[in-house]
Amino acid sequence: MSEQTKHAEHEHHIVGPGVYVAILLALLLGTGLTVWASFLELGPWNPIIALAIATAKATLVVLFFMHVKYSTKLTKLTVVAGIFTFLILVSMTLADYISRAWGSW
Amino acid sequence: MPDNSAIVYDAQESASAANNANGANSAHLEHPSYLRHHFNSAEQQADTSNFAMWLFLLTEVMFFGGLFTAYLIYRNWYYPAFVAGSHQLNVIWGTLNTVVLIASSFTMAMGVWCAETRRRRGLILCLSLTFILGLCFLGIKTIEYHEKWEKHHVPGVHYSLQSFVDPDSDAAARAAGDKPLPLDMARHTEIYFSLYFAMTGMHALHMIIGIGILGFMIYRARAGAYTSGHVTFVENFGLYWHFVDIVWIYLFALLYLISRHQ
Repeated sequence: MSEQTKHAEHEHHIVGPGVYVAILLALLLGTGLTVWASFLELGPWNPIIALAIATAKATLVVLFFMHVKYSTKLTKLTVVAGIFTFLILVSMTLADYISRAWGSW
Repeated sequence: MPDNSAIVYDAQESASAANNANGANSAHLEHPSYLRHHFNSAEQQADTSNFAMWLFLLTEVMFFGGLFTAYLIYRNWYYPAFVAGSHQLNVIWGTLNTVVLIASSFTMAMGVWCAETRRRRGLILCLSLTFILGLCFLGIKTIEYHEKWEKHHVPGVHYSLQSFVDPDSDAAARAAGDKPLPLDMARHTEIYFSLYFAMTGMHALHMIIGIGILGFMIYRARAGAYTSGHVTFVENFGLYWHFVDIVWIYLFALLYLISRHQ
């Protein structure tokens, strides 16, 4: 194509259909699992398990469908920074409510 | 790298001499037509677009994050109302919608692969499937919203507490074995439905925008726009679509599956 050291197309790793099919099956399995688990009586663990399964599914989507596993350190750092900022949003809001007037609604 | 950019910038000053065959150092290096001159390479351009798309998605995370935080607080404050509200949602429609979106994420990822491997017809097929699955999702959502409207569970003037103070009068509440709620807690079910419509409504709006862009992409894909090496648009749209899928994965778990065991 040109005499450049890098070829014009991306140097990035092209993720093949095999990986996508595997992730699809894992996501469908996770969906079945979370519906099944919601019908079990597990007390305070129900929402924790539901969120854990949802987070596992989201992680698979981010790493493989969104190619983050194969992307640059900058991309990985950006994703982590986003999750971190979201956790700040949730935890600081909760800290505010929990420390004042919790139950005074 | 710095030398490379110096060569490119030098060439800009002497654009007319750029076509000379001698002196590789002063020639305008060959590059794909889609490479803008403020980038050193197509790879850098693609990486930059990718980074920018992720920044946009992070703003979307914070946007939905606010709604999720509100949900978190109110669910903890008015848990029985949220249980009763959740039982009014149809788990079968919700699960089906989840499956539809996960499948659409798969077809979208396959579309990106087709673009990367220059499979024009494969790309058109994958984008079309994603489009159809997106419409299926919206169709199911319409059915659900209509049911909510019919049962007077849409917050506002016509909101009805009957399903919650008298669960035996409501098929869904009976099936879930709900007990009658005291009046003040029954009123809080309207907050659950406000959050339901706000969150799924905002999600549906993102779906509609995504489906619109998919339509545009199918049109451009037929002209071979994305299978000549410049896959950035398809890749970045893929990121958007997967993000919308992830939001739904959490919405499904939080809205539809509260305390189904009771």
